Amino acid sequence: MARSFQNYLGDLRESRVWQSIFRSGSGPSNLHRSQAIQQNLFLHLFSVKSRRSSLAIGVTWYLGTLSFVTFLILVATGIPLMLYYHPSVPQAYADMKDLQFAVSAGLFLRNLHRWSAHAMVLLVFAHMFRVFYRGAYRPPREFNWVIGVMLLLVTLFLSYTGYLLPWDQLAFWAITVGSNIMSAVPLLGPKIRFLTLGGNTVNANALLRFYVLHCVILPLAGGMLVGIHFWRIRKDGGLYSGKSREENQPKSEPAA
Amino acid sequence: MPDEQKQTPPLPQDESTRREVFGKLGLGCMLAAGAGSLAFGYEFLSPNVLYEPSPITNAGKPDQYPVGSVTTNAEAGIYIVHGPEGFYALSATCTHLGCRTAWAPELGLIACPCHGSRFNQDGVKVAGPAPNPLPWLKVSISDEGDLIVDRSTVVPPRQFLRT
Repeated sequence: MARSFQNYLGDLRESRVWQSIFRSGSGPSNLHRSQAIQQNLFLHLFSVKSRRSSLAIGVTWYLGTLSFVTFLILVATGIPLMLYYHPSVPQAYADMKDLQFAVSAGLFLRNLHRWSAHAMVLLVFAHMFRVFYRGAYRPPREFNWVIGVMLLLVTLFLSYTGYLLPWDQLAFWAITVGSNIMSAVPLLGPKIRFLTLGGNTVNANALLRFYVLHCVILPLAGGMLVGIHFWRIRKDGGLYSGKSREENQPKSEPAA
Repeated sequence: MPDEQKQTPPLPQDESTRREVFGKLGLGCMLAAGAGSLAFGYEFLSPNVLYEPSPITNAGKPDQYPVGSVTTNAEAGIYIVHGPEGFYALSATCTHLGCRTAWAPELGLIACPCHGSRFNQDGVKVAGPAPNPLPWLKVSISDEGDLIVDRSTVVPPRQFLRT
């Protein structure tokens, strides 16, 4: 009798290489399952156990996860785009057009980046509305709401800085208008505008500053905040189940 | 408690322990370094040299502008107006949010495409959200007889240059 795929997978998990990579070992026990989460750098941010009810699609509509997935798509498409884009006044617009018409798969990557950016803004807002109207921001999740507001700002700043990079008329005047709105801040406004643009007009310095913000500073800030956001979900008792803290206490009733 | 007091006699009220002094010293150093970094960062982020276009524009000989004309100098972002009283120059940058306005001869008005502000040819706002009239800019005649407009110098309205 031929060995099943499961057998081969079992052998692989028993192998020395596998066990040197995955510290938890493998097995069907709850201990093994929880170790698989705890001992993984990425998964250890999440709860070892989740209530099945909190994972139903109707609870969160997976809006937070979807926001994060669009962020991952934006990183994965943005880095290849950087290889063909020079953030300089004579080249930026031509590079954007080259990406559309001359680079293999450039149009796909650029459009995916653009549509994901729109989707991310939409999903982040939807996520916040969902959290707000379910009351999931209440204690003990108040601080995670604050982190979420910071993530909203990072998302909007990413959108805004990315908007300048094609260096077309739409980009130029949008940033002109936006930076003039900045200068309406009392007292500090004109200084904030000057520092953001690196000058008095939207020009080479502004393009370079927006590029660095868009490709380095804001994604790093967003990534760190996402890490804290996920870790706090676990620390604050997992996904909000719609019940108060007292109701959430495990009861000694037999599992259904 | 009485045992401890035997080992370390209580300090006079206005004196601190060595540990407190060094703690405060360390905190002070970190605050100074933080303030220095802020000042340093601010200085670094403010460019000292800007490669921006000169605010002074040579608009050529005055006689190329007929009386009653409004001429757009798109490169400099200014209008050169030759009214019955003489020459003057207006900034073409909308006072609302900085968009470039355009002279609409069919309306006899200067119109902003972004949010619909409109100005007459004296720069006075006639419609839209702009909070201020278009500024009048300093106009002079060079030694060669050319019109010179200085965008960086705003003059009070209704100062005409007669040639």
